[in-house]
Amino acid sequence: MKTIPLKAKFNEIAVCVEAAPLVLETAHATKGIDLDVTVPAGRVVEAARIMDEAQFMIEAITGVDWMADKQLEIVYDFTHVDSGERVAIRARVPRDTPELPTISDIYPGANWHERETHDFFGIIFTGHPELIPLLLPEDARFHPLRKDFKA
Amino acid sequence: MSIDAQSVLNETFVLNLGPQHPATHGVLRIKLTMDGEYIMDADPVIGYGHRMHEKMGENRTYAKFLPNTGRMDYVAALFNGHGYVGAVERLAGLVVPERAEYIRVITSELNRISSHLLWVGAFLVDLGGFTPLLYCFDDREQILDLLESVTGARLTFCYYRFGGVSNDIDDDFVAGTRKFIASLRSRMPMYDAFVTKNIIFRKRVEGLGAISAETCRKYGATGPVIRGSGVAYDVRKAEPYSVYSKFNFDVPVYTQCDCMARYLVRIAEMGESMRIIEQALDTLPAGPVMAEKVPRTLKPAKGDCYFNVESARGSFGVRVVSDGSENAYRLKLRSPCFSNMSLFRECSRGMLLPDALALLGSLDLVIPDIDR
Repeated sequence: MKTIPLKAKFNEIAVCVEAAPLVLETAHATKGIDLDVTVPAGRVVEAARIMDEAQFMIEAITGVDWMADKQLEIVYDFTHVDSGERVAIRARVPRDTPELPTISDIYPGANWHERETHDFFGIIFTGHPELIPLLLPEDARFHPLRKDFKA
Repeated sequence: MSIDAQSVLNETFVLNLGPQHPATHGVLRIKLTMDGEYIMDADPVIGYGHRMHEKMGENRTYAKFLPNTGRMDYVAALFNGHGYVGAVERLAGLVVPERAEYIRVITSELNRISSHLLWVGAFLVDLGGFTPLLYCFDDREQILDLLESVTGARLTFCYYRFGGVSNDIDDDFVAGTRKFIASLRSRMPMYDAFVTKNIIFRKRVEGLGAISAETCRKYGATGPVIRGSGVAYDVRKAEPYSVYSKFNFDVPVYTQCDCMARYLVRIAEMGESMRIIEQALDTLPAGPVMAEKVPRTLKPAKGDCYFNVESARGSFGVRVVSDGSENAYRLKLRSPCFSNMSLFRECSRGMLLPDALALLGSLDLVIPDIDR
């Protein structure tokens, strides 16, 4: 198990609920992931570095709009190519000031995933080298996966 | 602006490849900054075929999204369907009858062979050899006929359902599949002799388009791309889904990291797919092909889950977030081509333009799968 030694590292940076860090082991058979970590938005770079040191591969980055909570969630998925284990790292940002640092200098593959997430949700990845529309038209000023965007 | 001697020596120009270009196999544009014949920078411009499938997944019921899955990677459409129904079944806790899982494996692997055959033909056209495409299409045609007989479609399949498949296979399909495997097996030595051992082809692709295992990890490249870089990562082995754990098959791996390695991986995979299909046909259980008591409108409990399948191009993943209603709250489609394409900029730097087109071809991109 590659994820067990990671738990201690994530415990240090994860968001705590009632003093318990949100580092949850989940059943792969029912959830599809082995470790579910929630970190503060400012610490996603540290989380990505932990993943990189453990030789995880970047799978995807995406968002979820929790409009009722006035928050946007960013989900980073990582896979280990030897063990097939998966880690999901989550962070939440306020819906009206959605900003968090980029991890594209650690994982260059994150560049496109972050651009896509910026397209769809309007999340700003600070420090990103070229945060311009990827899939949407170059003059797009809308974010279609926000729940208040009606298609 | 005056042109001094320095700027003449360092002269670069911008070359627009696409959006309509035979080598891009779809509506892909690449802004190339060229120094003579050499690529200084290649900036892919994607999104011409963007349809926002993820939003469509949110504003219709789970079942109504099923036809969309056949329209992302339409060369290997069954895998998208498998990923989607797999994710929803996992979230809703549906148990699929064994016969249906066997049928899914058989049809998926047939789809993988047809996708790889199309790729071999198209890749050789990219390199300037036209004839093999006709042979590949000849073989692929038989698969399309077989799949048409059970799914009703030849390309944009919508065959898998939550809890099973829409149609049972019959004896004709089983006999036809066995006949096809025998026929393709007899053709493989011909492909080997005329393409794999072809000295012009080998001189063209050997040692060309290096992609290291580390680059694959940093970009999330999967499928034949990572297996051509010496990493035995295959979702069918790493997280066995469906009934793949019941079959004996190998994961072909080549360590040369070049276009030839990616070609050899795909050729070997066709053989492995045939092995899987034969075993599945030999041990095909009787029984229903749909789970009983699947509700007409699914309402999975609140929560989220992730499900991956090994598509012909790599790891296709679906994340479903449910809020308990009949529509998905969020549907993320992780396309393998998106990640495989993203490493092109780094890997094509310094290459000759025709060589970069060979590298692009070896990634086996389906542009509507990138754009979604």
